[in-house]
Amino acid sequence: METHQDRYYLAPPSHWPIVGSIALMLLAFGFVMDLNGMGNGKLVMLAGAGVLLFMLFGWFGTVIRESEAGKYNDQVDLSFRWSMSWFIFSEVMFFAAFFGALFYTRTISVPGLGSGETMLQLWPHYTATWPTAGPGLASKFTPMEAWGIPAINTLLLLTSGLTVTWAHWGLKKNNRTQLVLGLILTVALGMCFLGLQAYEYHEAYTKLGLTLGAGVYGATFFMLTGFHGFHVTVGTIMLIVILFRSMAGHFKPSHHFAFEAVSWYWHFVDVVWLLLFVVVYWL
Amino acid sequence: MDATHAHDHGHDHHPSGLMRWIKTTNHKDIGTLYLWFALIMFFVAGSMAMMIRAELFEPGMQFMHPEFFNQLTTMHGLIMIFGVIMPAFTGFANWQVPLMIGAPDMAFPRMNNWSFWLLPVAAIFLIGEFFLPGGAVAGGWTMYPPLFIQGGMSYDLNIFAVHIMGASSIMGSINIITTILNMRAPGMTMMKMPMFVWTWLITAYLLIATMPVLAGAVTMLLTDRHFGTHFFNAAGGGDPVMFQHIFWFFGHPEVYILILPAFGIISQIIPTFARKPLFGYASMVYATGSIAILSFIVWGHHMFTVGMPAAGQLFFMYSTMLIAVPTGVKVFNWVATMWKGSMTFETPMLFAVAFVCLFTMGGFSGLVLAITPVDIQLQDTYYVVAHFHYVLVSGALFSIFAGAYYWLPKWTGHMYDEKLGKLHFWLSVISMNILFFPMHFLGLAGMPRRIPDYALQFTQFNQIASIGGFIFGASQLIFLIVVLKAVRGGAKATDKVWEGAEGLEWTLPSPAPYHTFETAPMVK
Repeated sequence: METHQDRYYLAPPSHWPIVGSIALMLLAFGFVMDLNGMGNGKLVMLAGAGVLLFMLFGWFGTVIRESEAGKYNDQVDLSFRWSMSWFIFSEVMFFAAFFGALFYTRTISVPGLGSGETMLQLWPHYTATWPTAGPGLASKFTPMEAWGIPAINTLLLLTSGLTVTWAHWGLKKNNRTQLVLGLILTVALGMCFLGLQAYEYHEAYTKLGLTLGAGVYGATFFMLTGFHGFHVTVGTIMLIVILFRSMAGHFKPSHHFAFEAVSWYWHFVDVVWLLLFVVVYWL
Repeated sequence: MDATHAHDHGHDHHPSGLMRWIKTTNHKDIGTLYLWFALIMFFVAGSMAMMIRAELFEPGMQFMHPEFFNQLTTMHGLIMIFGVIMPAFTGFANWQVPLMIGAPDMAFPRMNNWSFWLLPVAAIFLIGEFFLPGGAVAGGWTMYPPLFIQGGMSYDLNIFAVHIMGASSIMGSINIITTILNMRAPGMTMMKMPMFVWTWLITAYLLIATMPVLAGAVTMLLTDRHFGTHFFNAAGGGDPVMFQHIFWFFGHPEVYILILPAFGIISQIIPTFARKPLFGYASMVYATGSIAILSFIVWGHHMFTVGMPAAGQLFFMYSTMLIAVPTGVKVFNWVATMWKGSMTFETPMLFAVAFVCLFTMGGFSGLVLAITPVDIQLQDTYYVVAHFHYVLVSGALFSIFAGAYYWLPKWTGHMYDEKLGKLHFWLSVISMNILFFPMHFLGLAGMPRRIPDYALQFTQFNQIASIGGFIFGASQLIFLIVVLKAVRGGAKATDKVWEGAEGLEWTLPSPAPYHTFETAPMVK
């Protein structure tokens, strides 16, 4: 009989997927209930989130145990690499929808509203400049300045890209202290970023009058930076997981795909931020 | 490869009964689940079509309120696309891709299970909409604002159904891509892969490139509905037309997602029954790739009437027509494969030949619609309905029937009832044309779509279409009977099943054992 490593590892029947489906059903339905003013929506959502957490711990736990037991051979490792790459590509396309919306409003819809018959018929006094809350809203806001917190955040994220790579070098040289220290630094930088962004949002809402409802500028600003922030949060959680795994002695210099997947994801979040900084904050 | 080999490894001890299907990580089980799900949803969305045709049998309102009619057309479209055609193709991919490339299973068996088990959740959401206050979504499957923003609770549910189906498609596609790129048997080079595998590889890329964009679009709808954003509201500087751009950036590749696997199935079947290798294999691969790439730059042809600079209209018109070139390559290759072949016409081949003829007709009416000035006349008329039903019913759906008849013996181990199969084919192909061909005339005469009532002069063609529709609907029950009969018993199928069949899946016993190719076969 051949050993397991010679064969592609095929997972036995598993209940985690159906648990995940139930979780998403509760989450989505609870959210719909809540949005439409039905009483127990938040409770249903909470239940969904609980089931989702249970599923994530269970499913990832299973994968980690299988990995540590040496069940994944090189071919499985390559499968993980392909799939993570294409998953990140799908994330890129998700952000592309919102970047596309930003480019469309800036180059087509806003100039269109401020020129020709559209302007004369609808809002003759509208001057189409960016940033704008649009011709029909009373909302007044101050746009977000690039060279304050956003610039600091850029530095933080770029530095965190370096620290995670430094941690990776440590892992490859089997220098566990460097690995753990690098990851701690990365997590800390990620958290600083999130803290500053929370502060920035607070300022926007309380002092600048910049809200989700502040026309198409507010909508694109908060949706783009918000989804990015959400991805940073997920990335930070993933970093914390591999930090704990590193401290528990997981990963080998030759075999540590989970670490690489998280660092790919972190670099992806970093690149998205650079684009955000340029087209949302700066230009 | 023998079935007993699997016992060495202990991962064939699967639970029985319902839990087998819920917990399964086996590509064949999951493929079967996808196919049954698609068949059930086919009858759900099909019965909606029957109600639509009943209402349209006569002018004036017969059976329902106009709002309900709009809900029916919307949900018929959404369920047929996301609940029937796509899951059916994914079911074929699950069953056939590992068998065709000599892989032991899909690359990620657990994620494969999740991709399927998200679909019933979405189906519950979509069908459940009918029972919510205000009924189901009624603004058309394209979900255009501002209508979509003004609707009630079911519109939110619809958004999350789209999110969940998108997640399912993305995971499914990642699985298929990884399986094809990383799990091929030694010697199975890319340019030796069966055409069905190629078309699914390219389809999967289209899915991971466009499904996230659709998710973004419906997320913007959600925030416009509930969180005060103004993406699609001109007062805030947004634009409802922007939704159409984002939607059709997804939507046009989506129509190729619905047809490329069909091309793959047809490219398997025609060589088998013509007993000749596929003509121009390499050109088929490149044509499929070209269609996929072009599909990203033609979306504007869905929006010629919403306002667009002339340069934009010209660009989208010519790029659309350009797609006829690689598609023509495919049609000519299929015809050339049949040329001087020793052809026999079992049911799969009948459906495949009908596909080549009728899909091509749908392609031609598509070319007519690509011409901007013509499209401005025909936008939102029954001509469009005729066009996309020719490519989706006699195209995508017929290829699914063809594939089902072709592989049923391999899946069940029994030959299907050839007499009933042929009856199903002839009734379907005749009634399908009675149903949809008159719609061309209705559209040219100016009958608008998605309207429950019509002017008197459209009555005759509508009655002909409705009669065709009822015959078509009833004929599909024959398919259900054929499938059930083949599952329950019938003549024993040989390993090769078809005299002219080529490929790894035909080297396996029929039915294919639960675990196959645990030791990779060598491909010469």
